[in-house]
Amino acid sequence: MTLTRGHVVIDVEACKGCDLCIDACPPGVLVMTEHTLNQRGYRYPLLLPGCTGCKACSQICPDFVFQVFKLAEPIDLQAQEER
Amino acid sequence: MSEILRQTRIDGKLVLRTETAPADARLVDDFTPRLIDVGAHHLCPGCGEPIAMRSVLEIIDELGATDRAIGVFGIGCYTAFSNNLDCEVAQALHGRAPPVATGIKRVHPNAVVFTIQGDGDMANEGLQEVLHTAARGERVTCVMLNNGVFGETGGHITATTVIGQRTKNTLDGRDGRKDGYPIRVSDLIAQLDGASFVARCTVNTAGNVANARRMIQRAFQHQIDDIGFSFVEILTMCPTGWFIDTAEAPGYLTEHLAATHQLGVVKDTRA
Amino acid sequence: MKARLMEGSEAIAEAMVAAGCRFFAGYPMTPFTEVLEHMARLLPAVGGTCINAESELEAIGMAWGAAAAGVRAATGSTGQGLSLMQESIAEASTAGLPLVILNMARAQGDYFQATRGGGHGDYRTPVLAPIDLPEAVRLAQLAFHLADTWRNPVVFFGDYYLAHTYQSVGVTPLDFGPLPQKNWALDGSTSGTGRARLVSPLGDLKQRDGVGFDLADFYLRQADKLTTMIDGVQPLAETSGCEDAEVIVTAFGSPAKYIRAAVDALRADGRSVGYFRPITLFPFPAAALRQATASAGHVLVYENNLGQMIDDVRLALLGSADIRFIGGLSLDSSGFGIAPDLDVALLTERIRRSLDSAARAR
Repeated sequence: MTLTRGHVVIDVEACKGCDLCIDACPPGVLVMTEHTLNQRGYRYPLLLPGCTGCKACSQICPDFVFQVFKLAEPIDLQAQEER
Repeated sequence: MSEILRQTRIDGKLVLRTETAPADARLVDDFTPRLIDVGAHHLCPGCGEPIAMRSVLEIIDELGATDRAIGVFGIGCYTAFSNNLDCEVAQALHGRAPPVATGIKRVHPNAVVFTIQGDGDMANEGLQEVLHTAARGERVTCVMLNNGVFGETGGHITATTVIGQRTKNTLDGRDGRKDGYPIRVSDLIAQLDGASFVARCTVNTAGNVANARRMIQRAFQHQIDDIGFSFVEILTMCPTGWFIDTAEAPGYLTEHLAATHQLGVVKDTRA
Repeated sequence: MKARLMEGSEAIAEAMVAAGCRFFAGYPMTPFTEVLEHMARLLPAVGGTCINAESELEAIGMAWGAAAAGVRAATGSTGQGLSLMQESIAEASTAGLPLVILNMARAQGDYFQATRGGGHGDYRTPVLAPIDLPEAVRLAQLAFHLADTWRNPVVFFGDYYLAHTYQSVGVTPLDFGPLPQKNWALDGSTSGTGRARLVSPLGDLKQRDGVGFDLADFYLRQADKLTTMIDGVQPLAETSGCEDAEVIVTAFGSPAKYIRAAVDALRADGRSVGYFRPITLFPFPAAALRQATASAGHVLVYENNLGQMIDDVRLALLGSADIRFIGGLSLDSSGFGIAPDLDVALLTERIRRSLDSAARAR
C-alpha cells in the first residue's frame, strides 16, 4: 500500500522535457510521456500515485513547471483504482 | 477529495490528472518565486542557471531585502534571464559587473547589491575585476554560475573548464600541458582578506539546491551585516555545452566539475 | 568661493564638486593624476566617494554603477587610459548613462579619439575643450549638465598644460537650467513592484510577454536619441576679428591661447587675420566656422598633432576656402609635456609666413 501524501500541478506548456524531475523524485512517481507532446514539441512529466509533496521536482525544475501541494490527509490511491 | 485526484490514461499509462489540486491541499512550493516576472525563459532544457537564479531571488525575498535589491548582470546565457526578473538590474559588460556593483553599493550603501556572472564572464574576461572587488572588501555579493564553458557562444573552454572536459576547442578533452589548468575561483578569492564569505555549491539535485540556498543566504547575510565581500560559486548543468543528454548532466557535474571545483564553504570569517 | 591661486587640476576638481559630482574613480596617470588626488581630498568632505581603481577599466565600471544609481559620477585618464575605456564609453552611451569622462590629454593627438569615439558602433559623445582655467571651471560643470540632459557620456578634453597651470580662479556653482528627474535610476525601491527598473546597453524594457531583448528596436530608438542629442547640443566657439579677415587661424584647447595672442599681435600690425576656436569639439561648430570664414579665402589650422581637427575644418568648409596645416607634433623630452612651439613669437612668425604665402598666392 502506497500512501499519496502530496500532489503536483504541472504546467505542461512550460516544460522543456529535460527529465531532471524524473531522477530527482525520491518516490519515483514522475514519468515522462512517450508520444504525447506539449505545444512546443516537448515530452512532459506525468504523475503516478505516491507523491509525498517533498518539492524535489519543483526545486530541480529549470522551467518552473511544478506547483507542489501537501494533501489534507494521505490517501491510498492504489486501493481506489482497484475498486 | 479523492475524486479530484482523478486518474487518466496517457500514452497507455494510468496517471493522475495534474491540472488542479484539491481545494483543501496546502501549497508548499509555487511555480515561480516572487521576483521572477514570467515563467517562460528560453535557456536550454536542463540548464542549471534558472535553478540557481531562482534560489538567489528566493533568498533575497526571504531576507526581506526585495525593496532594496539591485542585481548586476554580466554577459552570458543568463543575460536574457534578467529580462524575466522583477528585480532592479544594471546590465554590465562582459567581466565588468563587479566594479559596476561597487559603484552602486558605494552610493547606495543600504542596497543589497549582487552580481550574476558566468565562469566565462568572471574567470576569463573579468578575473581582475572580481579579485580587486574582493580584495577591497566591497560589501557586495558576487555569484558565479560555473558550468565550465562559454555557453552562449556555443561551448568553448573557459578558465574553469576541468581537465578532460570536451569543449569546442578541446575536442579531445582539456589537456593541462596543451590547454592549461583550471582556475579554482572560489579558492583564489578566499585568499583575499577582504573576502569574508566564500562558498561553492551546486543545483544538480534537489538536496544540493537546498544546500545552495543555505550558502546563498549566508553570503547575503555577510553583506547585510556589513562584514565583507561575499562570494558564491554555483556549479550549474550545461548539457548543451557539455554535449550530453539533459538527464546525464547532474551526474556529469558531480563526476567532473565538482571533483575539481569542490563543494563546501571555503571561507567564513564568522564561523 | 573666493578666487584663489590654484592649478588647473584643482580647479577642475573643485568645479566638478560644485556641479554636484559625488562619485569619482580613476587610475593615476600623467597628467590626470592630480585631478584624482584632488577629488580624493574633496569628495569625502561632501559625503562623496573617490576610489583609486585598480585599472582604468574598473574606474569607468565603478562610475558606470554610480551613474546608473542616479548619482553625478565621473572618471578620467589621459589618452591611453581612455583607450582602455572605449568599450565602456560606447556602451554607456547606448545604456543612456550620464557620465563625465575627463581626458587630461598629452598634446592634442586624442582629437579623433574624443570626437569620433574610439569605441564600437554608432555613438557620439559631446566633447568640451577649455582654453584656460576659468573656462575649464565652467565647462566641467556644463559637462554634467549635458550628460544629464541627454543621458549620454560627455568628454571633457583638458591637457597637461591646463592641469599644471596656476591661476587665480574662483569656482561658483553654475545653473544651466532645469533637468528631468532621474526616475530611471536604480536604488532597489522598484524591485518586486512589477515595474523593476533596468539600466542596460541591451534594452530598457522588461519584456513581460516577449523573449529576451529586442535589440533591433532598442538600437533604433537609441539612434533617435543620438540624433536628437546631436541636434540639441549647442555648438560653442570663440571668434575674434573674423568679419573682415582674409585669413582665419583655428586652434583648440590650451594652445589656442597662444594662437589667439599671435593673431592679436598680427592684427595690431595691420594684418587681415582672424581667430576661430571651437569650444565644443563635438558637435563641431561648423556653421559658426562657415560664417567666420565667409569672407576669408584661407584657413590656417594649428594643432599639436599630425592633423585631426583639420578634417572637421575641411568637412565644415567643403572646399570653400584654402586650408593649410600649420601645426604638427611639438613635444618636450618627456614626449608629452609643454609643447616647445607654444611661444607667441614663434607662432606669430609661423602665421606671418603663411599670411605672406597666401597673399602671394592670391
